[in-house]
Amino acid sequence: MMSKNAGKPSPLLKEGVKAPSFTLKSTPDQSVSLRDFLGRPVVLAFYPADWSPVCSDEMGLYAQLMPEFKKFDAEVLGISVDGVWSHITFSKDRKLNFPLLSDFEPKGAVSKLYGAYEARIGESARALFVIDKRGIIRWSYLSPDGVNPGADGILSALEKLR
Amino acid sequence: MTYTPPRLTLPVGDRDHSEGPSDAPIVLLEYGDYQCPYCGAAYPIVKRIQKELGSSLRFVFRNFPITNSHPQAEWAAETAEAAAAQGKFWEMHDFLYENQRFMGDEAYFAKQETKLKLDATRIAREVAKGAYSTRIEEDYMSGVRSGVNGTPTFFVGGVRYDGYPGFEPMVAALKAGQKASIRKK
Repeated sequence: MMSKNAGKPSPLLKEGVKAPSFTLKSTPDQSVSLRDFLGRPVVLAFYPADWSPVCSDEMGLYAQLMPEFKKFDAEVLGISVDGVWSHITFSKDRKLNFPLLSDFEPKGAVSKLYGAYEARIGESARALFVIDKRGIIRWSYLSPDGVNPGADGILSALEKLR
Repeated sequence: MTYTPPRLTLPVGDRDHSEGPSDAPIVLLEYGDYQCPYCGAAYPIVKRIQKELGSSLRFVFRNFPITNSHPQAEWAAETAEAAAAQGKFWEMHDFLYENQRFMGDEAYFAKQETKLKLDATRIAREVAKGAYSTRIEEDYMSGVRSGVNGTPTFFVGGVRYDGYPGFEPMVAALKAGQKASIRKK
């Protein structure tokens, strides 16, 4: 359901809302759809850009925490507006062990659907969603500018799904 | 929506490595990784802060090894913990940060262990079998559950410090934190 006033930024989707379906490229010849994961919890992590210059950025932290997420049988998907080639090298460099999806064309379309787009700078916002196995958003969080949200909120939300 | 920084979920206690009086009015806690260059950069700043605030500061260090980007981080954390078991945590902690460029050169660190009159064979044995991995994991997960999302992450009086990790802003935050806690009392 695309909103008619597409020019305005839509607010972050909240708990209880059905997660909008999407299909995005994870590599030049592979696509990932949200519905592929029905039956399992999904963590959607929107983030501004590959290559942020810090030690263990948000994606690196999630990669390291994969054993914790697996305890909940949860799938983690990172989403930014970077192209697949950037994602591939970034993922290799940071040794990421979950797919990075490219919200590249039309730019930021999925981020906008979730209310996780910073139109001002043309990047995804740092927003997190925990989606249950039926595809319903059970937790969402929008991080303030420049703050890496960490994983605590995700783990708490996954615990509540049980 | 006002933003409130995360709080420390595992309170500072006897299990922790700390410098300074245990009843000091100001508590600074760091989650750090010995191989992280940003932690290495913060190391002399923390030393300066300790000198500046003297006995009114208690400094606590917890492990947050980011092993997927720092292959020697776990080894270094294990080494410091093994030295702690022989009563020399801070000596090894400091040496690791002062010699980050030698990370991975085990002979180099073994030499220092002998210099510190530590049982280097015991340290090597304990590190090899991951004798302190449970404790390091506990540190790490306590950080994850407290909003640690990279290293170094500091907590001032149990509240995550989101400012710039420099001397002046940190001293200001520590002093402000002390004032706030006095007002509460």
